Amino acid sequence: MTPLLDQISLILAYSVIAVYVCAFIGYTLDLGARASAAVQAEAPALVAAAGATMLAPPPQLETSPPRAGRGARAGFALAILGMSLHLAAVIVRGVAAGRVPWANMFEFSLTGSLLIMIVFVFVIRRTRLMILGPIVTGLVVILLGIATVGFYVPVVPLPPALQSAWLVIHVLVALLATAFFGIAFAVSGSQILAAWQEKTHRLRGRAARVVAALPPVEKLDRLAYRLTIVGFTLWTFTLMAGAIWAGRAWGRYWGWDTKEVWTFIIWVVYAAYIHAKATRGWTGNRSAWLSVIGFAAVMFNFAVVNIFFSGLHSYSGLK
Amino acid sequence: MSVDTSSSRPVDTSRPDGHVDGGDAPQNGRLGPLGWLRWGWRQLTSMRTALMLLLLLALGAVPGSLFPQRSADPNGVTQMIARDPGAGRVLEFFQLFNVYTSPWFSAIYLLLFVSLIGCVIPRIRHHAKALTAKPPVTPSNLARLPAYQARELLGHDVQDVLGELHRDLRRQRYRVARYTDHQGRPSISAERGYLRETGNLLFHIALIGVLLTVAIGAGFKYTGQRVVVEGQTFVNSRLAFDSFDPGRFVTDASLPPFSLSLQSLKVSYVQNNRNAIGMVSDYTAHVTVTNKGGGVSRSTIKVNQPLSVDGNDIYLLGNGYAPQITVKNPAGKVVFTDTVPFLPQDANLTSLGVIKIPDGLAKQIGLLGFLYPSEVNSTSGASFSNYPALINPVVSLNVYTGDLGLNSGIPTSAYALDTSKLTQIAGPSTPVHSLTLTPGKSVELPNGLGSVQLGAIPRFASFEIAHDPTQYPMFGFAGLVLAALAAALYVPRRRVWIRAEPKPGGVVRLEYAALARGDDPRLDAALTQLSNFAHQKGTS
Repeated sequence: MTPLLDQISLILAYSVIAVYVCAFIGYTLDLGARASAAVQAEAPALVAAAGATMLAPPPQLETSPPRAGRGARAGFALAILGMSLHLAAVIVRGVAAGRVPWANMFEFSLTGSLLIMIVFVFVIRRTRLMILGPIVTGLVVILLGIATVGFYVPVVPLPPALQSAWLVIHVLVALLATAFFGIAFAVSGSQILAAWQEKTHRLRGRAARVVAALPPVEKLDRLAYRLTIVGFTLWTFTLMAGAIWAGRAWGRYWGWDTKEVWTFIIWVVYAAYIHAKATRGWTGNRSAWLSVIGFAAVMFNFAVVNIFFSGLHSYSGLK
Repeated sequence: MSVDTSSSRPVDTSRPDGHVDGGDAPQNGRLGPLGWLRWGWRQLTSMRTALMLLLLLALGAVPGSLFPQRSADPNGVTQMIARDPGAGRVLEFFQLFNVYTSPWFSAIYLLLFVSLIGCVIPRIRHHAKALTAKPPVTPSNLARLPAYQARELLGHDVQDVLGELHRDLRRQRYRVARYTDHQGRPSISAERGYLRETGNLLFHIALIGVLLTVAIGAGFKYTGQRVVVEGQTFVNSRLAFDSFDPGRFVTDASLPPFSLSLQSLKVSYVQNNRNAIGMVSDYTAHVTVTNKGGGVSRSTIKVNQPLSVDGNDIYLLGNGYAPQITVKNPAGKVVFTDTVPFLPQDANLTSLGVIKIPDGLAKQIGLLGFLYPSEVNSTSGASFSNYPALINPVVSLNVYTGDLGLNSGIPTSAYALDTSKLTQIAGPSTPVHSLTLTPGKSVELPNGLGSVQLGAIPRFASFEIAHDPTQYPMFGFAGLVLAALAAALYVPRRRVWIRAEPKPGGVVRLEYAALARGDDPRLDAALTQLSNFAHQKGTS
């Protein structure tokens, strides 16, 4: 039974990639369309701003974002379809293994990318930040591609070291934190791009209009901050839960194991990001770079440390 | 990270709490020593310095993951130095094998904590003042604030409307004050979210608590490792450990004298999954414990499930086989008999062991043994093990004679054989084959030196015994860190002002303004809620 379910989960994962690729195309087409529309929309927007009066009825909480275009609607529908298949792939893998589906690299990637998609859908519903569409679906396609091709291992039982309730909570929260950091990275990346274009006007034509359609830099900055503080709180919990588990399994809560070192580095980088937000000269672009560096460290900790570094956390399942 | 508390300069309320005045250059060209000291302190406690130190801390932690560390991987360090002594010296010079205890790494985090303390103390003072102060006087031009709305109400008493709003703000746990400006316009000034700064301060204090707990706790904790073969008993005392790592204040009297006998170590292997045949699915050590009071109890220890005895935690960290080896002289007299722990070398528990016999035979001999729990021969004739359980156990011994180096007084490892002063007389590169033993079998040593016999092959468990009195304070501080962090990041701190102005014709013009101190996604929503509330009260 197990090998069959295992295969079903893998086939589902391949289908998920195909659907996300279509979502990616939809979102990209939408960006193109948005870029053309931006040119025509600019003039009326200015008039509307000038016409607002202070005695007007209570203003909307947020200026209502532009309506999603056909491409974005298709992208969103496909993303939701992909997510349902994705969820099924994760559940089937869990049933095949008879345990939580996050105990090796393949499973971390499979479940982690689902969490990224969930956070993405939540954020895009609230902010209509359409540029997240191609960035996040693209990122998830790459992650799942590497996972299925490079990290796939058949279901095997848990080694004694992982037989703990902490596996459920510590790893799940780490993956969730990663999802928040990932979306924050996408937002910060867009912020850096927008600020760069604002300063240099190096991009021309369609690319320039895509960037021009982005929300103001300050808005991106605030959004990245809000996502990052959630990620940071979850990461703090991950670090502590990891320490408690280490105390339970190895007799010491902190031993500067490679994974512990990188978890600590990531925590400090994001702590620096939060401090940068309150430091003159470090708000805006510079702190956005810290968010990018932080996520690069997260990916390094996930991929490189798991596979190439020796240590107590060698749970990739790869040989 | 000093916050300006002087009343002569207006506090810049548009900055988030904990905002720092970055590099304040000395105002005056000439500074006395005290002036420079004060300037230096202000630099150290500025947010910019804290940020730099945080980035340095992250960067400084990286090399510890690139190079093996003595604390976690001493063998890796030895191998690296042996491979390239030149590079080893350079790395050693920069303390890159002991990054986390090195003076330079310590300097970074100690400076960071000094900076943190220097930042937190004035902020505590400032916050204590804020906690007892009234919300600030309503600014004269509310329209300039980041969130602003104005609405008009018809046919209502100004004081009634303000009273309703006052009560609503109190319900939302705002601190509220009433003011009247020089034009006689009444207003409400309200502030909420003091918990944000309280959380921020507690978070930093709890981090200091964590650091102090680690620093103080290091003196009182100890860990020791001990290999125990099935059937053996271990008594918790300093001398009984194979290795022991005590804190500065640990004495022999600190170790409670409990004893632990390993009845058996049961290992289960995966059998129903063809992708994981031979993988261990469970280790269970069945033990009998006699605690310091003399109470005897039977218990089990598993990975992830340590046993607590008299304030010590006993962990199951490793396992392997300990073949019973007996060596007799040519007359048949036993000169050595013991279970010898063989150290596992691979997943199928091919294991390596050393037996040293300094006395009782014509010459000192050393035996280098390989245990294959399930021996098979490769096509080239070499032995290997293809399963970790004892299905077809074979021990092969290489035999050496000469000086074992045990008489020089220099301590030597029981698990290693220094062959530099020994001559090999059996095994590869000699005319004599390695001695091959199966349980119960006896073979002659070369040159008529005597004989070796293999008895049973029990398992051994390697235990770690740890005592750490800091666990509970650490747990407390960690919990505080998390709770305080949540308060510091998610409790919105905001000021709200409402000014009422009677207009001709029974119209009351209400101005609402709000200012976020720190990130506050719901600032506008909070104002809208207030103005809607007043409007509903007004129209009902």
